[in-house]
Parts: sequence; C-alpha cells; structure tokens
Amino acid sequence: METHELEILQLVEENGRLDVSTMAKMVDRREDEVQAVLNKLEKENVIVSYAAVVDWSKVEEREGVTAMIDVKVTPQRGVGFDEVAERIYRFPEVKALYLVSGAYDLSVVIDGNTMSDIAGFVSEKLSTLESVISTTTHFRLKTYKHDGVVFEDGEDDDKRIVVSP
Amino acid sequence: MTSPSVRKKNRLSEAVQNIRPSGIRRFFDMASTMEDVISLGVGEPDFVTPWNVREASIDSMERGYTAYTANPGIIELREAIAGYLEQQFQTPYDPEKEMIVTVGASEAIDIAVRATVNPGEEVIVVEPGFVSYAPIVSLAGGKPVPLGTRKEYAFKLTKEELESVITPNTKAIMLSFPNNPTGAVMTKEDLAPLADVIEKHDLLVLSDEIYAELSYDHSHYSVAKLPGMKERTILISGFSKAYAMTGWRLGFVCAPPDITAAMLKIHQYTMMCASTPAQFGALEALKSGRDDVERMITSYKQRRNYIVKSFSEIGLSCHSPGGAFYAFPSIEDTGMTSDEFAEGLLKEEHVAVVPGNVFGEGGEGHIRCSYATSMESLETAVERMGRFLRKHAT
Ligand SMILES: Cc1ncc(COP(=O)(O)O)c(C=O)c1O
Repeated sequence: METHELEILQLVEENGRLDVSTMAKMVDRREDEVQAVLNKLEKENVIVSYAAVVDWSKVEEREGVTAMIDVKVTPQRGVGFDEVAERIYRFPEVKALYLVSGAYDLSVVIDGNTMSDIAGFVSEKLSTLESVISTTTHFRLKTYKHDGVVFEDGEDDDKRIVVSP
Repeated sequence: MTSPSVRKKNRLSEAVQNIRPSGIRRFFDMASTMEDVISLGVGEPDFVTPWNVREASIDSMERGYTAYTANPGIIELREAIAGYLEQQFQTPYDPEKEMIVTVGASEAIDIAVRATVNPGEEVIVVEPGFVSYAPIVSLAGGKPVPLGTRKEYAFKLTKEELESVITPNTKAIMLSFPNNPTGAVMTKEDLAPLADVIEKHDLLVLSDEIYAELSYDHSHYSVAKLPGMKERTILISGFSKAYAMTGWRLGFVCAPPDITAAMLKIHQYTMMCASTPAQFGALEALKSGRDDVERMITSYKQRRNYIVKSFSEIGLSCHSPGGAFYAFPSIEDTGMTSDEFAEGLLKEEHVAVVPGNVFGEGGEGHIRCSYATSMESLETAVERMGRFLRKHAT
C-alpha cells in the first residue's frame, strides 16, 4: 500500500466523518484521488464500515447489558474453527467474535437487553452447538476505553494557555 | 503606602527597564477573557506527553529519585541525548564534556549568550524570530542586531544579508531554523554559504534547533554538520516540541568543551540542575518514544498541508512552511497592520492569532497561526477567517 493510502486509512479510522476535501488537503492529493482510494479500500473490504463510538451508559432509554463469553470448542476436520465461528457470528446479538490463543478458543461479545437474555442465549443457542465444549460468561460492568477512545469526560480538554510564544 | 525607608528611585536595573514586555502578553490577556475562542496562538504541541513518559517520571518519584542530580544532568540521559543526536542528525557530542541538560531550551539560550557575550558585543538575531533572543542578549549586556529575512526568499537567510550587518564588534549569530514564527527551514545548500561568512569573520553560532524533528519536506540539517562549524557552534534543543513536553521544562545544550565548561558555571550557580523527575521522563522518551514522535510529526504535516491550502483558498497568501507548527501568511493586502488584523479577528470572529510584529519588525504584515490544534478547530478557524477577510476586503 502507498504512503498516502495508509495515511487516508489512518485518518478515516480515527475520524470517519472527515470530508474528502479536507482529507485531500491533509495528504496533499486531489479530491478525486482521495475518493478513488476510499472507493478502492471500501470495495476490497479494507474499510469494512464507518461507525461512531457511542457511550450508551449515558443514554437512559437504553439499559442493555454486554457480556464477554469465553468458548471452548472442538475444531472440525477440514474447516477448523471457521464453521462453528460462522454459526455463532450469524446471531445478530453477537457484536464481536475473535479466535484467540490460550485457555479457550473463541471470544464472543454479545449484547442483550437483560442478563436473562444473555443467559438464555448461552444456554439455548451457544452451549447446544455440537462442537461447543464449555462457556464462561463475563458481564461487562463499565467501559473505560473502547476502540482507543477513553470514555471519561474531560480527558481530551485542551489544557494549554490560549496564547503563548 | 510605602514607607520612606523603601527605596523608590532606581529600584530596577537599567537592563531590565530597557527590555520591553512581550507583545504576546497583550493578546493573551484579551483572549483569556473571551469565551469560545479558537486559538491559533498557541506555541506548543496540542498532544499531551505520551503516557509512557509520564509513567516513567511518576515511577522515578515513587522510587525516591527526588534529589538534585549532577549539575549537567544524569549521565544516562546525557548518553541517551548523545545517541539520539548522532542517530537523528549525525551530530555526535561527548555527553561528559560537551553537553548540559537545561531547564528548557530557554535556559540554554540564556547560558549560551551569557557564557560568550561581553558588554557591547553584537549578536545577530534573525527576525522574524523567537521572542526571547533579543531580550536575553540585552540582559547579558550585548547588543542584539536584527537581521530580517524576507518572504520572497521563503524567510531563509542569505549570505549577502548576513554580511551586510557584520561589524568588527559582531561576536555571534543566533540561527533559528526551523523557525518560529515563519516555519522557514535551511537546507545544507542554504547553510553552506553562510558558513563561509561565519568563518571569515570568526563568529560563534548559537543554533536553536528545537524544531529540528518537525521538518516535513527534508530531514533537518544542522549547521554543526558543516565542515569547521562544530567547533564554533552552540547547539540548543530540547524536549518541548518534538516530544510534547513543554511544561516539563527540559532542554539541552551542546558545545565545544571550553564553552560547555563556561556555561556549566552559570548553570550550576543559577539552576543547580534541571528537574529530576523531568530528566527521568526525558530518558524514557528517548528510549522508547520514537513511534510517538513519528505519529505526531505525520499529524503536524497533515495539518500544515491543510492550513496552507485552506489559507490560499480564502485568499491569504502563505508560503509553505517547511518546519515547526506555524503558518505565517501575509495580511498586507488587507491594508491592516498585523496588530489591527489580529485584534479585529479576535474581537469579531473570536479567533486568536499572534501579530507578526511581536517577532521583530520583519514580521509586520504577517500573522502567526499555530496549526497545533485539532482539525475541527482548524476548520472552524479557516471558516471564520474567510468571513473576516470578506468583510474587510478592500
Ligand atoms: C524557537 C524556540 N526556541 C525555544 C523555545 C523555548 O523552548 P523551551 O520550552 O525548551 O524552553 C521556543 C518555544 O516556544 C521556541 O519556539
């Protein structure tokens, strides 16, 4: 990948709302060139989607719960973990799924309205999958930082004096 | 009321009465009282010092390193600085005999001048330039001699201009590239002709290279690298800009052993040593801060590109600054002085910039805009400045 493509990728990863015209000035390219790079990266699914980081704990109307579930599975001949992974990530309540090294194999992040929703998902949908050997569920209590962003207010305030030499 | 025994006459030294308070102060006072000001007036990075550096400093305090250090700074730090200077700029210095860790580049400038300048001797100071040089020279009894750079030559210094201000009394020249406020840089090819003049007249060079890392188009070339220059150069730098450590007050100065020994005398009587926790932070910055520095450089460069192009779109003519984090557009077309422009812009559009005249007479007709601020603020600032220009179009 070329330097300006990498720069564009880093810029949109940090701020998906940056205008193409602004970005073009920043990386010293024409707008149509930047747009072409974005189109290409979107088409190749390098840029998978544009989303905002939301602190839902500040939204009263939404009282959801999130859990991280460690899942141990038996890999299947020929497809390894991919088949069971696919069966898990197809559930819309699954927000993230990673194959990990260590004491267990899959790490599932799941959203639900209540704890019993999640308990139901684990007992009825996850544990019943043939290759799943065991699960351990951790409920998330508080988000301090997500996707590189600290949720604490005031963290990003400019603490400099307004005019200096 | 003051009692009669308190001396009223001649309380203040002539030296201090003869220097003027910085013109920046006035804009600071005005801007501080206003809400929703977008400031392009800040002469420091908008990054907070990377966490590993803060953490290393906290750790040093937890482990009890709260005493004075050796006068020139902890040897591990001086060795790390020597390694850094050699690797980044190919300017090797002996950490034992040719280096002092100082309280910012500010102290380094002061002790460099005081160690070398006799009363009445002249020091050539590049203008526009950093606000402290001339006052520091004056306080040391020397005579600052301004040498203007011009926008037609991208605010670089030329040999002819330098020769024109040299007198038998000239002791030194204060170089400052990349420059605050112009962002000008000097390449090897730009510096070489100056070196001939400097040698011919047997001048010392005080080279403030605090923005060296923030060079966006070419890597920085230190004047000390030119043949014959190292033995007459005092190299001044520090952690404030590239490592985002302004508030730590940590810099360093490198010079031939005799000058270093002389500066050390002043440093040991006036400072003892630089802040110990800051020295430990700086050591960590040099050991493992490279990625952070590179990340910050890329970000400044993007913002430089953005602001230069945006200024030209709104009709502010601006040369592309090769370094530091300032744009220095010309506002001559508006018919306003830089003071009028900056004051008007602050009052009408709540955007703070610094009038060019603060940086010496050569800065008149320009404003300094620091782009070390968020993209969001830059975009709003450009929009407001565009409106201001349209309103005052002549
Ligand atoms: C050119 C120049 N030199 C020196 C300094 C002072 O740096 P320090 O924070 O290391 O004292 C500054 C700060 O604005 C500067 O712009």
